[in-house]
Amino acid sequence: MLGRLTWAAIPFDVPIVMTTAATIGVVLGAVLLLVTVKGWWPYLWREWITSVDHKRIGVMYMILGLLMLVRGFADALMMRTQLALAANGTMGYLPPEHYDQIFSAHGTIMIFFVAMPFVIGLMNFALPLQLGVRDVAFPVLNSVSFWLTAAGVLLVNLSLVVGEFSRAGWLAYPPLSELAYSPGVGVDYYLWALQISGMGTLLSGINLTTTILKLRAPGMGYGRMPVFCWTALASNLLIVAAFPILTATFAMLLLDRYCGFHFFTNELGGNPMMYVNLIWIWGHPEVYILILPAFGVFSEVIATFSGKPLFGYRSMVMATMAICVLSFLVWLHHFFTMGAGADVNGFFGIATMIIAVPTGVKIFNWLFTLYGGKIRFTVPIYWALGFMATFVIGGMTGVLMAIPPADFVLHNSLFLIAHFHNVIIGGVVFGVMAGYSYWFPKAFGFKLNETLGKAVFWCWCIGFYLAFVPLYALGLMGATRRMQHYTDPQWQPLMQVALVGALLIFCGIILTAVQLAVSIRARHRNRDLTGDPWNGRTLEWSISSPPPVWNFALLPQVARTDAFWAAKQNPQEMTRLMGQRNYESLHIPRNNPTGFFVAFFAFILGFALIWRIWWLAVVGLIGLLAVGLMQAWRTDGEMQFTADEVAAADRTYPLEARAA
Amino acid sequence: MSAAEQLLVASATGVPLSQRGPAPRRVVAGFGFWLFLLSDIVIFAALFAAYAVLSAETAGGPSGAELFDHKHVFIETLCLLASSVTCGFGSLAVQRAEAASVYFWMALTFLLGGTFLALEMGEFRDLLVQGAGPSRSAFLSAFFTLVGTHGLHVTIGLCWLVVMLMQMATLGFRPMVARRFFCFGLFWHALDIVWVGVFTIVYLGAR
Repeated sequence: MLGRLTWAAIPFDVPIVMTTAATIGVVLGAVLLLVTVKGWWPYLWREWITSVDHKRIGVMYMILGLLMLVRGFADALMMRTQLALAANGTMGYLPPEHYDQIFSAHGTIMIFFVAMPFVIGLMNFALPLQLGVRDVAFPVLNSVSFWLTAAGVLLVNLSLVVGEFSRAGWLAYPPLSELAYSPGVGVDYYLWALQISGMGTLLSGINLTTTILKLRAPGMGYGRMPVFCWTALASNLLIVAAFPILTATFAMLLLDRYCGFHFFTNELGGNPMMYVNLIWIWGHPEVYILILPAFGVFSEVIATFSGKPLFGYRSMVMATMAICVLSFLVWLHHFFTMGAGADVNGFFGIATMIIAVPTGVKIFNWLFTLYGGKIRFTVPIYWALGFMATFVIGGMTGVLMAIPPADFVLHNSLFLIAHFHNVIIGGVVFGVMAGYSYWFPKAFGFKLNETLGKAVFWCWCIGFYLAFVPLYALGLMGATRRMQHYTDPQWQPLMQVALVGALLIFCGIILTAVQLAVSIRARHRNRDLTGDPWNGRTLEWSISSPPPVWNFALLPQVARTDAFWAAKQNPQEMTRLMGQRNYESLHIPRNNPTGFFVAFFAFILGFALIWRIWWLAVVGLIGLLAVGLMQAWRTDGEMQFTADEVAAADRTYPLEARAA
Repeated sequence: MSAAEQLLVASATGVPLSQRGPAPRRVVAGFGFWLFLLSDIVIFAALFAAYAVLSAETAGGPSGAELFDHKHVFIETLCLLASSVTCGFGSLAVQRAEAASVYFWMALTFLLGGTFLALEMGEFRDLLVQGAGPSRSAFLSAFFTLVGTHGLHVTIGLCWLVVMLMQMATLGFRPMVARRFFCFGLFWHALDIVWVGVFTIVYLGAR
């Protein structure tokens, strides 16, 4: 009746898990109780859960990413504590099978459920505003994407209490992840959570690519798009091209596990290295999916706070697209040790080094943008400067490992761990934090506290160096990744420094929450009434903060890059940008619960398949089908705003006066 | 000026396509679906790659040359290719909003697609009966997955076709329905293209 699900699935005998679960349960229960008592459910349902507004969906992605950052970081702290203790014959406090789950969950969560939601959230929020349009191409699909990601999140977190998580690392290499060596439900949780959320990511990529290529304000040719839109285009093209490979690869592993196929098994002709190749054909583009939008954020931030147009717009665009293409030609550098031979390794080594060229172009463009600028040292520029210093180091250690003989020494060592945390924290996380503080006033109509924002930056920046520079050294000393304990007493002091670094980053995360709370309390003092708190350059700053549901009452008429900046300098440009203010009635997509219900049944389906509860899987499938058919027959998908309503909202906004 | 009018003026005055503002919804929907199809084709690319790697890994079991019946597959191929033709006529009928003609051509499409699927099922059953199921060897795992995924797509396509005919019957030829018919047409033709790859690489290339 319940497949493999029994009471034994709940680890009553593991105090760490039960305490965590109880804490999460109490907090979650308290939140739900508060929402119920205060009667907020109708508001949440109407304004957020069923919203198809790209701005709301973007914000929900960010909240999801922040919550999962706490979860993923808790795993990180546990690992660092374990390694600070488990030296010299002591075993620490985490038994190996639990430790294996923790590092697997940490990697999976941080990449798929922290970095991805952050990046997609920023793109969702900012793209239509920067492009000068009213929404993404497919608003309902956008909601489906978000909720599918949330369903994946729910499955991963459920594995904490019901059953177990994968112990096979964040990419679940076979043959370890095959049924013969991972007979439990851990790998199944991993696979189904990522299949469901991966589907959401793919749909999001299709949606945003279509938005950029087909929906731009009149006059905004490709050469006039903000650089963030270009990097987002590259990132979403990569999603469309790379995520299907992940889906197919996981599908093959699922067939091995569920139906006795032999894609990656040791027996009957299966080929485990094929999995490793396939997963990195997705995996390497994936790191550019994450970093390119961050590059875009930095381009916006650096130009804005230097008070100058971005240096080398065209070379920036070309560098972005070059990285987009090259990212598919380097996957093998993740496993030079496979033994593909000198020629193959040489090709991939050189291809990898070539990627440093367009990346270097970008760094120089940012430097030249700053050069001679009148830099305003706000929180976003702090992140941008911290990024440039940190990312260059990470990039150089990457090029170092692109040399196959060097990689043979450093492969799977803590040096590698330090390298990719260097580029992902120093690049993606810093970029997301820059974007978060840059666009926050646009999303909510008030600024974040600057002092606390800078404190957050310093915690992350110094914390990062303390946590990961020791790992570079440890890696060179021979420490491997995924190591649960070690005997060399010389390693322990470095491990302890790394723990201090992690604790400092933890302070940064706590201060982020404090900053949010303090800023919300002081929101009336920090209101952004102009819609343009940073003296910005691009179209999102030409409308009110927060923008009306339709974003632009009338589509702006774009004649150049940085159109809004030019308009602020020259009244003629302003008149051209704003056009004739002849308001018309607007049709805006109506709220739609389809996304929520699709994710609900996808979750049911995933849970049923993980535990092999076949009747429940049928229920999930039928539910999905029913929701799909109901959406197919929905004909009242839009609501109308009259020209007067649109005009009234627009006229209360000062820019209207500026244009007149 | 409405968006559509703006577009007309822009195209008349020689404004480059990229500067004419948001594309009409028909174009946006079609373009988005093209991207989806591309992503779908990438899935097939991964499965083709896996098949190419594993096609010789018979683990002492039967090889493709021993198992495949070319005549059988040829008839399958003819059915699917013919269904693309009928689907094309059906799409033209949708554009002209001729309900009777749409029913005729799409019913024919369904029939041909269904025949293809039945033939494929028959082939799978024969293989299973011979003990050449997907668990026999890596080669057969890759074969069943690649060909089966295509078959699954055809199945989904047939279900979609039924839904579209029901939509036409209940909602008429409104733009929403026409857009979906257009996307269905793209989907169905894409399956044909994938099948050409399957036929060439899997069946004709069997060693």
